[in-house]
Amino acid sequence: MRPGNPATLPRWVYLPAAAGAVFVVLPLVALAVNVDWADFGALVSSPASRAALLLSLRTAGASTLLCLILGVPLALVLARQHGRVAGLLRPLILVPLVLPPVVGGIALLYVFGRLGLLGQYLEAAGIRVAFTTTAVVLAQTFVSLPFLVIALEGAARTVGTGYDTVAATLGARPAAVWWRVTLPLLAPGLLSGAVLAFARALGEFGATLTFAGSRQGVTRTLPLEIYLQREIDPGAAVALSILLIAVAAIVVLGLGWRRLSGWNAPVGTGG
Amino acid sequence: MGELQVSAAVPARGLEVSFTVAAGEVLAVLGPNGAGKSTTAAVLAGLLRPERAVIRIGGRTLTDTGRGVAVPIHDRRVGLMLQDPLLFPHMSVLGNVTFAARRHDDARTRARHWLQRVDAAELAERKPGMLSGGQAQRVALARALAAEPDALVLDEPLAGLDVAGASSMRAMLREVLLQDSRPVVLITHDLLDVLGLADRALVLESGHVAEVGPVADVLAAPRSHFGARFAGVNLVRGIVAGPGTLRTVAESEPGQRWYGVAVEPLTVGCDAVAVFAPGAVAVYRDRPHGSPRNSIRVRIAGLDVDAGAVTVRADDQADGGPGLAAAVTAESLAQLGLAVGERVWFTIKTQEVGLHAAGRPGA
Repeated sequence: MRPGNPATLPRWVYLPAAAGAVFVVLPLVALAVNVDWADFGALVSSPASRAALLLSLRTAGASTLLCLILGVPLALVLARQHGRVAGLLRPLILVPLVLPPVVGGIALLYVFGRLGLLGQYLEAAGIRVAFTTTAVVLAQTFVSLPFLVIALEGAARTVGTGYDTVAATLGARPAAVWWRVTLPLLAPGLLSGAVLAFARALGEFGATLTFAGSRQGVTRTLPLEIYLQREIDPGAAVALSILLIAVAAIVVLGLGWRRLSGWNAPVGTGG
Repeated sequence: MGELQVSAAVPARGLEVSFTVAAGEVLAVLGPNGAGKSTTAAVLAGLLRPERAVIRIGGRTLTDTGRGVAVPIHDRRVGLMLQDPLLFPHMSVLGNVTFAARRHDDARTRARHWLQRVDAAELAERKPGMLSGGQAQRVALARALAAEPDALVLDEPLAGLDVAGASSMRAMLREVLLQDSRPVVLITHDLLDVLGLADRALVLESGHVAEVGPVADVLAAPRSHFGARFAGVNLVRGIVAGPGTLRTVAESEPGQRWYGVAVEPLTVGCDAVAVFAPGAVAVYRDRPHGSPRNSIRVRIAGLDVDAGAVTVRADDQADGGPGLAAAVTAESLAQLGLAVGERVWFTIKTQEVGLHAAGRPGA
């Protein structure tokens, strides 16, 4: 028997396992068989579709970047701080994970809307956020940030502080340690966190619709376009769905699941 | 480079130590687990903030809680080597050492020099994941030295290596440290490390310095229970009761008298220790008759067999010190028919017992 042979599992376990796999795969198959492949090219290259796809890629890219800029420091602070503030902050950061996206959109309106907490001052300064492309990016960042923070915080805990400490004893100032040791060691977690965040941002619908609306070329991302087309042209909706899945699959499979070559993920820390 | 002066207290961990290490000297720090060895290392390197401490190297103050001085880790210039070499896995071996020397323009050249110094020049291009434990530790040593620290703290650097790896790394350390002019603190639990690398030994017990002195003295005539155990000798604490006589002090029983040879002038009433080798202890079932000998009735707590020799270990001493040990042959063990839990007599000839003042003079 090969090592790790799963023969030790009870046989009946395979039944729900197979059902689970089918449950996930079958809807994708259903989509694929319902695509009008002859017209696929035309359906996904209409001006509205192209605008939606481009907007989705741009905003998801921007929100991933924003997630990295805000999320990496946040994850490291949470991983390294053991005080009460960090303990209270951790569950709060995860709220967007369980919050219905529509509720998230409404909440964002109450912050950045014309009468919102910050929005009223921004409005006075002549800056309008709600119902702009910026709002799309903010909505996507709001829902994606927890994914990046969770992935990275876990990675940071696994790596530990041993390497940072040694770097400091070698005379490296905190900033040098951050750029040359802390971040490079987190590269695998950083990559998978960014991929998760990008995929979540790409699929974001509810918060975007509520907080940014659905203006073609400005706030109507691919998921919104799909929802709109479902009313007008179901065939186009299916084709765009396949396109969205393809983009997500390329990103996730192409980047996230590949291990960084050259070194093994560090295990454990010293004294 | 100057002398390392340490005086530190970390009440939360029950640590209160004070010692000095001269430039070019290697001080071995010994002690049972939890005695505060690693806490001491952390305080020296600046990883842990002591409540009260003054730490100086030469004229430079690293920590002075009274004056609010607490130099951060990266400015202390205290090199730290741990059991885990912690080579940065995303850099090559050369990259690791270059990182430590990076404040110099010719960092890579210097790094190659240090790798050569530890016989690891041929490993330069490898990634740490491709090194054996001994190779990784040699690179870690090169990296620590490349940072040009004013003092080195080695916290059990050989503990993670197999016997062969440890012995070649020990030889390497010996070669490097003997020529080194900085103070080195070597935390270890290995007798070979102490014998091969250290000039002086310090025994930590429950967060306090139990004894400190030249390695040869500590091993030949330990003043602390751990030192005795470490050196493989028996140690009995007491006070000087007369010429060549020591009386133990225990609450539960009247003091036992020990007769020995005073190795140094002893004043009556002073704290002293009696030290003797397990091989000097004879074991009898019945109290032996005869001239002035030290006889003590003990209960056998354990029998350790090692390569034909048997160590008979008695219950802990009345004052809590580790039980006395007697080395007997397997043959005599069989003849006596000894078993754990039985009561026997340990006897030691007077001339085999050395009496020393407790608390090393001049240390």
